[in-house]
Amino acid sequence: MDFGLTEEEAEFRAELRSWLATTLPRLPPKPSPDDWPGRRAYDTHWQRLLYDAGYAHLHWEAAPGLRLVFLEETELAGAPYVGANFVGLLHAGPTIAAEGTPEQRERWLGPILRGDEIWCQGFSEPDAGSDLASLRTRAVRDGDDYLVTGSKIWTSHAEIADWCELLVRTDPDAHRHRGISWLALPMDAPGITVRPLRTLAGTAEFAEVFLDEVRVPVANRVGAENDGWRVTMVTLSFERGTAFVGEVVACRRTLAALAVRARENGRWDDPALRRRLGRLHTEFTALWRLTQWNVSEARAGGGVPGPGGSVFKLRYSGARQELYEAAAEVLGPDALDLDREWAVDRLSALSYTIAAGTSQIQRNIIAERLLGLPKGGA
Amino acid sequence: MRFRLTDDQRALKSATRELLDRLRPPKALRADASGGAPRLDRVMWAALAEAGVFALRLPEDAGGVGLGAPEAVLVFEELGRALAPGPLVATHLAAGRVPGAATGETVVTRADGGLVAWLDEADVVDGGPAGPAESPAPGPGGRTAPGAGGLSGGPWGGPASGPGAQGAVPLRSVDPLTPLHRVPGPAADGPWDPAAALLTAAEQLGTAGRVTELAVRYAREREQFGRPVGSFQAVKHLCAGMLVRTELARAAVYAAAVTGDPAETAGAKLLADEAAVANARDCVQIHGGMGFTWEADVHLHLKRAWVRARSRPTADEAAETAALALAESAGESTGPPVPNQAL
Repeated sequence: MDFGLTEEEAEFRAELRSWLATTLPRLPPKPSPDDWPGRRAYDTHWQRLLYDAGYAHLHWEAAPGLRLVFLEETELAGAPYVGANFVGLLHAGPTIAAEGTPEQRERWLGPILRGDEIWCQGFSEPDAGSDLASLRTRAVRDGDDYLVTGSKIWTSHAEIADWCELLVRTDPDAHRHRGISWLALPMDAPGITVRPLRTLAGTAEFAEVFLDEVRVPVANRVGAENDGWRVTMVTLSFERGTAFVGEVVACRRTLAALAVRARENGRWDDPALRRRLGRLHTEFTALWRLTQWNVSEARAGGGVPGPGGSVFKLRYSGARQELYEAAAEVLGPDALDLDREWAVDRLSALSYTIAAGTSQIQRNIIAERLLGLPKGGA
Repeated sequence: MRFRLTDDQRALKSATRELLDRLRPPKALRADASGGAPRLDRVMWAALAEAGVFALRLPEDAGGVGLGAPEAVLVFEELGRALAPGPLVATHLAAGRVPGAATGETVVTRADGGLVAWLDEADVVDGGPAGPAESPAPGPGGRTAPGAGGLSGGPWGGPASGPGAQGAVPLRSVDPLTPLHRVPGPAADGPWDPAAALLTAAEQLGTAGRVTELAVRYAREREQFGRPVGSFQAVKHLCAGMLVRTELARAAVYAAAVTGDPAETAGAKLLADEAAVANARDCVQIHGGMGFTWEADVHLHLKRAWVRARSRPTADEAAETAALALAESAGESTGPPVPNQAL
């Protein structure tokens, strides 16, 4: 066990810090959350800057130390988040890298890294959210194409995406886990309709996607036909295992800002509230250590994160919500004013125990896959 | 950056577990717990000393094993897991300072949090703060030697004199395997000892993991409504919560052992206390009516976890320490709060 940086990691940290210090002040102003074209332009511009500086690949970096340094330093400097590049960089990219053919890697990985192409996620359906294996969107072979018909939901970035990582049923008669395939769907194909959904935070964060006999080349299938469930588990292990790691650093900064506010408005003098904030500080510090542990273990396990990511995801999503509940205690009436900071974030935090597998699903995964308890049962 | 156990560390952990299984088979626990006032098993104590439990961090040229805080944490996690009795932390911390502590000939206890454990069985009551006499040697450039981590520094480690436990009054200990005395005066006064906090947290981590295993095993074996209770989601989710608490505490305890940061050590104690106590309570729940009997060992783990949670820093003290660290980090933080990054 050792948290010290190697010489390579220390050099990388210094170089990255100096690059961030000169680059961040020159970024354009952030677009509003509802301005999707603006958000795409902003997020892909940032990705291109990372690419040109030689940092774009760091989410896929073999050496976990460099990746952790990258995540920590960019968050500490207040650099933009992956944003619209999230699915491409943290789901589709790693999945194609792990499971794709050389041609597929050649076709898709470069544009993701350069910020040229945006991906969205077509996994969930109205009747197949947490019970993903009951998905019904079907793909029927027609020559060298699949004809895809069905609908997807909770699709973040669908309005601005170039590609969708799409799960389809290619064998309706097979066992429900065995008839699924993983396709790269071009979002400009005829037959696709995107309908934005308004969240409880008031923003149109995600969308429904309707697919009516959409043609997708068979060559766009990643992994074997009907082997999509296994490919999907690879994707989800990236999501749970490592996709949220940078956010822990962000939460630590947010908590520090909250402490500043509490000292300004006198709430810090309330011992119960002060200890609650101290307790959260301990929690996020430990979550960051757990992150370092998980990333190290993932590397040792061949690069694909294990189900230990569910442990992190469950605790992190709860802690994030507790952070904003504590914030509301510090802020008093301001916490109910949508024009002030924090209120929208408090609302957004509600999604964390639902998105990317609900907390209940994560508990099932932990109980069955990590603890070996029997499946099934009500 | 390598946050994994080395092969040597894994070997140390499993060797300690095997030793404790031999010395303290679980069925011996219940016999001890039912036998009135517990006596300290000096044969076991000598065997622990022989295995290097007390001399673990003493330099080799002083007759020690020459290992560091991370290794000590792994060993104390196993001691906690096995419910090993005796003032283990106090004796370990006295090694190299109190003659005979390192070799197990002298059993050392100390007052902590208004209580002193094993007073009648101990040979020496360690004093309070004093100059460190046997702290690890500084490494090159004045840095603390690698591995010293959370067990270096601090004002603790005086000779075996001082106020000790004068005026101590026996109480009927809730933990049948830990005799306790109350010591007069305030329970919390002055600084707490980071080294004791870290090792106690490691013991709590051991308990948290052990009761999770016990709960999961019972949930797989015990059938109700025609199937194992562990197939029911309500039970599964309790077990999952236990593992999550354990693994977060593990990250905190191991990290504190490496960094030696006092705030991280306080946090480790806080999370490990929570994990041990809440997990033991859930373990009782999963055992159902059996869990409420004296015959199941579960209550012994819960009671020991309660005793350790009383040692300093308590939850409030740890939270205050963490709040202070947060305030300091907030002073350094110059950036704006991070805006919404959800979805």
